[in-house]
Amino acid sequence: MSYAKLTREEIAQRIANDIPEGAYVNLGIGMPTLVGNHLPNDREIFLHSENGILGMGPAPAPGLEDMDLINAGKEPVTLLTGGAYFHHTDSFAMMRGRHLDIAVLGAFQVSVSGDLANWHTGGDAIPAVGGAMDLAVGAKNVWVMMEHLTRSGESKIVERCTYPLTGIGVVKRVYTDLGVIDVTPRGLTASCLVSGLSLDELQRLSGVPLARSGARAAA
Amino acid sequence: MGEGGEGLGREGGLSIGMIDKIVPVEAALADVSDGSTILVGGFGGAGVPEELIDALIAQGAKDLTIVNNNAGNGEVGVAALLKAGRVRKIVCSYPRTADSYVFDALYRAGKIELELVPQGTLSERMRAAGAGIGAFYTPTGYGTDLAKGKETRMIDGEGHVLEHALRGDVALVKAERGDRWGNLVYRKSARNFGPTMASAAKCTIAQVYETVELGALDPECIVTPGIFVTRVVKVPRKPQRLDVEKAA
Repeated sequence: MSYAKLTREEIAQRIANDIPEGAYVNLGIGMPTLVGNHLPNDREIFLHSENGILGMGPAPAPGLEDMDLINAGKEPVTLLTGGAYFHHTDSFAMMRGRHLDIAVLGAFQVSVSGDLANWHTGGDAIPAVGGAMDLAVGAKNVWVMMEHLTRSGESKIVERCTYPLTGIGVVKRVYTDLGVIDVTPRGLTASCLVSGLSLDELQRLSGVPLARSGARAAA
Repeated sequence: MGEGGEGLGREGGLSIGMIDKIVPVEAALADVSDGSTILVGGFGGAGVPEELIDALIAQGAKDLTIVNNNAGNGEVGVAALLKAGRVRKIVCSYPRTADSYVFDALYRAGKIELELVPQGTLSERMRAAGAGIGAFYTPTGYGTDLAKGKETRMIDGEGHVLEHALRGDVALVKAERGDRWGNLVYRKSARNFGPTMASAAKCTIAQVYETVELGALDPECIVTPGIFVTRVVKVPRKPQRLDVEKAA
């Protein structure tokens, strides 16, 4: 059977649809930032940025950029009416202190027990961690957004992470271009497989046991 | 202030109305010594006290330890200080950006020491210093390479890492407005590390675009009270650079 992988925008759309009204959400740099483009207009969702913003809005119109108002990826953003600024220590209190409902993070690898590796590929690379470890331990729900396979076809969902860890047992759910994987105490469960992809095939590609999940719990 | 409280009285010493922390930029950094630990505000390009860093370069202090979220971008700010060869060690959370080439080259050549700290731990270590806390336990980083060699403890069933206060000899911060008592307000996300760093150094120097009369800042809205600020330097406002960095 043939199937088409989701595009990054389609994964972002899927994640955005799962964010409930009233949620406080941090979108990690890179791919997760795309989720902000797909938030439903009929829900009030509070985007947090580690550099001291709650109620972060979309990118400004060209020419209206203000480099004192940027997101974690250093791109210009806007502030929604009702938004707030605060200093870094307060911002990380929100993150570490379990005040954020959802953090959507990119990843190099996620293990079957929810270990997250997303800050360092080891070796010669210059390491950089930013706020990843704080979000990993602090957000009530850590969702990962990533491609299911590396460019060379290896699963990024693994029995044990081989890259340096960001957090242990922190990931609750993984959205990939092939489906949605929930990390449960009984192991990984899969749902929302792309059309034409069987669970057996996804399991073969993943190289780890996957059970079919029932109705996916809301966040 | 001198020892024994001289200078604090309202008679003799300094009198009411004489406290003026606003100084010229050259005077602000004159006493920075070699080997100092310097906390430098800013996240990416927002809130970077570039004029104070330029003054530090001109002043000549060397063998510095710099604490900043990043390790400099392009060849301005912290990158300019690195390029001038004044920095022995950098403590930061995110040294790698699209244009952090000055740091990258020094690091690869073994000419600079890097202490990598999770961003919230970096901020909280300075908060602790400013608040008189010696060390604290945090769950951030537990079980990772960044906790290697550190004391750990299980608290409420969760692993925590002992992290020590991080104090500066000098803090350089950028605010928007200040008064002669050193009260500060910031602008948007340029606030970032400023208030925490201001509290965490023996000598805090703030650059501002506007100095205002006492009372002009709404006391309900002062972000950094003057007790945390040693000197205020007014710098001319300059056009924002719109070179958007695609990096973290």
